[in-house]
Amino acid sequence: MIEGLAAIYIFMLAGFTGYEIISKVPVILHTPLMSGSNFVHGIVLVGAMFALGIAETTTQQVIGFIAVLLGAGNAVGGYVVTERMLEMFKPSKKKTSGEES
Amino acid sequence: MDMIIQASYLIAAVLFILGLKQMSSPVTARRGILWAGAGMILATLVTFLTPEVINSAHASTNIMLIIVAITIGGGYAWYSGRKVAMTDMPQMIAMYNGMGGGAAAAIAAVELFKASSVAAVDPSGATTIASALGTDVAILAILGAVIGTISFSGSIIAWAKLDGRLSLSKILPKQHLVNAVVAIATAGFAIAIYFSGDINTIIIFYVLALILGVFITIPVGGADMPVIISLFNALTGLAVGFEGYVLGNAAMIIAGIVVGSAGSLLTQLMAVAMNRSVANIFFAGVGTDAQAPAGDGIEGVMKEIQAQDAGILMAFASQVIIIPGYGMAVAQAQHKIWELTQILNEKGVSVKFAIHPVAGRMPGHMNVLLAEAGVPYDKIYDMDDVNANFKNTTVALVIGANDVVNPSAKNDTSSPLYGMPILNAFEAENVIVIKRGRGTGFSGVENPLFFADNTKMLFGDGQKAASELIQAVKEL
Repeated sequence: MIEGLAAIYIFMLAGFTGYEIISKVPVILHTPLMSGSNFVHGIVLVGAMFALGIAETTTQQVIGFIAVLLGAGNAVGGYVVTERMLEMFKPSKKKTSGEES
Repeated sequence: MDMIIQASYLIAAVLFILGLKQMSSPVTARRGILWAGAGMILATLVTFLTPEVINSAHASTNIMLIIVAITIGGGYAWYSGRKVAMTDMPQMIAMYNGMGGGAAAAIAAVELFKASSVAAVDPSGATTIASALGTDVAILAILGAVIGTISFSGSIIAWAKLDGRLSLSKILPKQHLVNAVVAIATAGFAIAIYFSGDINTIIIFYVLALILGVFITIPVGGADMPVIISLFNALTGLAVGFEGYVLGNAAMIIAGIVVGSAGSLLTQLMAVAMNRSVANIFFAGVGTDAQAPAGDGIEGVMKEIQAQDAGILMAFASQVIIIPGYGMAVAQAQHKIWELTQILNEKGVSVKFAIHPVAGRMPGHMNVLLAEAGVPYDKIYDMDDVNANFKNTTVALVIGANDVVNPSAKNDTSSPLYGMPILNAFEAENVIVIKRGRGTGFSGVENPLFFADNTKMLFGDGQKAASELIQAVKEL
């Protein structure tokens, strides 16, 4: 378990890391990055799995089930959408767009 | 085993950070999401091996439930994420984000209910949520619950509004006052939970938080939606980080807080780009209140132009700057616009794309659409880089954009847009505006640019107008 001061350190360092990452992003990547960070907090799935995994009563199982359902939606949806967006970023090649319109 | 699991979570967290870092450059962005995805898969898989889960009293049932839930939730998200059109991305992000917030809130609910059942069996009644969970865990669990729930219901409303399923901007008279009351009540019940173990208090608290999320999002004007989605994204991150502490999960803490801080900064950047404060967005939506549209001072009439003439103007231009807006997204005109660009290039016309930070429904929304159409990103310019170029531009082609080129943001102090940085399209020699009708933009503010002497209006659907332009230029 992470407790007390150690947790505060983690919170603080993680906060700075996030700040540092985004402060250098060109505007053209803002939407994909928002989508990417949306995917990253899909890690909530892991917590939801844990909560459902140790559920003892039916109520806890029901809520835990909802948590996993939503968490999986966040993680998978966030990934698919981000991946689709980033797929389209290609460098400037002198090639006429032959893609479907 | 515990060692392996903890190490895996750490690796996952590192992969997330490296992934996000790579996503901040167009060259490595693609790899970034793959790395983050690998981290997610690793973290998910090792969670099945957690001793607490394997040794739980209902291990087999619970693990089966987990698999079923992942299959349904993940399957639905996979399907909807694959199917959605590029133009509808913003609302999908809002929805997936809401799901994450809901998951965090649900985790908190499991913990709070568990603590509540401990309190319920204590005959002395001295056990509270705080004593059952411990002070720090209880506080963060409750905070995560508030934030996650608001993000959940708020994001769903944002999704509904962007998806055109909801057009309300007010459900109650004195909405802002009601919101304040609900907010205070939610905070009151949140504190009450801490000092009691009563299950009904928890339920009322959740209902209030859900309502609060709905109420604070309803009055937000459509143009402000990107900022709100970004804010909810940051909030979900925060909630996830807090619940990570509750569960003692390092990966959740790190990933959640990184997103929380990155998202807050992004929200701030967007709000600044629109010249609005985040508080302002919540408490006064542009155009949603009964403000008189600032159209009184506008002189002149809109001058129409036919595609033929517009094409000639562009074909013999030395430089054309294209300014896309949400209208281009709606009309799916990006492919035609790129075709037009290529034809103009062949004729020796230099073409640039100018993107306002908040064009479309999200920052970078236009970039994504143009990228989809195959426009190389080095033809696309940010506002600050391109604004000086308008003076020696023959034609500024505005397609489906409105507020971001509204000169009253610069020179009309009475305009609600006053102070917002804009693209200086009005400085171009000619301005051609492709627009469906004569209506106002998203903010509901009249645009004097459309009435200016050097502006010609090309009325019609963006895609049709672009096809006609292509035709006109080709024939020359």
